[in-house]
Amino acid sequence: MQNNIIALIEEIKRTANGLSQINIMEVCGTHTMAIGKNGLRQVLPQNINLISGPGCPVCVTSISDIDNIIELAENPCNYIFSFGDMLKIPGSKSSLYKKRSEGANIKVCYSPADAFDFAVKNPQKKIIFIAIGFETTAPLTAALIKKAYETKTNNFFIYNTHKIVPPAIEFLLNSSNKNNISAFLCPGHVCAVTGSRPFDFISKIYGKPAVISGFSAEDILKSILMILKQIKNNKPEVEIQYDWVVKENGNPIAIQYMDNIFDINDAIWRGIGNIKKSGLVLKNKFRNFDAKVSFALKDIKVPEPRLCSCGDILLGVKKPFECRLFGKSCKPDNPVGPCMVSSEGTCSAYFKYEKYKT
Amino acid sequence: MCVAVPAKVIKINGNNAEINSMGVIINIDISLVPDVAPGDFVIVHAGFAIQIIDNEEAQKTLEMFKNYAE
Repeated sequence: MQNNIIALIEEIKRTANGLSQINIMEVCGTHTMAIGKNGLRQVLPQNINLISGPGCPVCVTSISDIDNIIELAENPCNYIFSFGDMLKIPGSKSSLYKKRSEGANIKVCYSPADAFDFAVKNPQKKIIFIAIGFETTAPLTAALIKKAYETKTNNFFIYNTHKIVPPAIEFLLNSSNKNNISAFLCPGHVCAVTGSRPFDFISKIYGKPAVISGFSAEDILKSILMILKQIKNNKPEVEIQYDWVVKENGNPIAIQYMDNIFDINDAIWRGIGNIKKSGLVLKNKFRNFDAKVSFALKDIKVPEPRLCSCGDILLGVKKPFECRLFGKSCKPDNPVGPCMVSSEGTCSAYFKYEKYKT
Repeated sequence: MCVAVPAKVIKINGNNAEINSMGVIINIDISLVPDVAPGDFVIVHAGFAIQIIDNEEAQKTLEMFKNYAE
C-alpha cells in the first residue's frame, strides 16, 4: 500500500477517535464502486459507516420507462441507441437484451453523438436515444437536441429519463428520521457541471457536512478526513476536495445548455417514488423530439418485485445484506431489483466486493 | 455512469476536437467547452468534454492511471 494512503488512514483513525457513530452517504454509483474495489469500508474505524445512496441513474429508472423503451424497440422501424447498462434491466415482461437477441434494432453507444450521427446518415429511419443520467450527462443530451432543432433532424428522438441530484439529497435529508445520515460525499463529475453552489443547502439549511470528492482511493479518504474535521470543529460546510476539476460555479456553458433545453419537473425515482422538482423535461419548443410524446407512450404503474428492499437500500435505511433476496434469488446474472442490475448499483457492488463482510 | 477521464486536446475542428486519452486518439465534441485550446486538458464523459482542467493535476492523474495499468 502506498505510504500516503497509510498516513491518511492513520490520520482518519486519530480524528475519528472519540467521535460517536458517523454515517456518511456517498451519492454516486462511481464512488460506491471505488469504495468497494479499494476495500475502504474494511480499513476505516468502526464508528465510520459508509452508506450508499440513490446515485446510479440506471437503478432509479422506473419499470414503466423500461417497458416503454421495450415497446419502442418492438417496432422494426425504430433504432434504439443506449448506454450498455440499460440493456440488462428487467422490465415487467422482458429486457432490451432479450429484445436484441430476438432481432430488435438496439445499439450500444459510447457517446450520444453516435446516435445523432446515425440519424443524420439515415433520414428514413427513426432513431431514439435513451437519455439517462444526472447533470453529468444531461448537458450532452441538451447539446444534441439543440443541434437536432437547428438542423431539423426530425428523425432523432430521445426517451428522456434525466434527473438532477440536489432535490434527491434534500429528500434524503427530510427522511433522516429513517436513515440518520451525518454527512455526504458529493458526486465529483455531477459537480464538474453544476459547481458546488447547488449543494450549499446541505450545510446552510440542514447543518450537515458535505465534501465533493474525486474517485481514487486517496481522493475518497481525503474527503472522509475533511468531513471528520468539519464534525470535530462543528463547522459544517460544502468543501471541494476534487478541486482541479470542480469549480464553485461549475461549467456555466453546460448549465446554460441544460437551462435552454429543459424545464424542471417532478420525477419518479424507482424504489423511492416521486421527488419534487428532481426531473428534467424538454421545453415545449422541443417536445417533438420527445419519444414519449411523439410515439404516444403512457406511464403505467408497475408494482416492484415482492420482498425486494431496493427502496430502503436507495434511501440508506438498509444495507444489501439486510435484504432477504440478496445473494440468493437476486444476483448480478439474475437481478430481481434495480440495485443489482447496473454494475454501479449498490447491491451489485456489495455482491462483487463486500461479500465477506456479512 | 458518471465516469469521466482526463485527456489532452491535440487539434480542434469546429465543434469537435481530437484528443489523446492515455495514448488513444479519439474525436470528441467540445460544444460544452468552446474556449478550449490545443494543449489543454479536459475531462471527457461519453464523448463530450465537460470541463477544462488544471494541467499539472491532470498529468498526475494520468501517471496514476498508468501505474495502475502496469
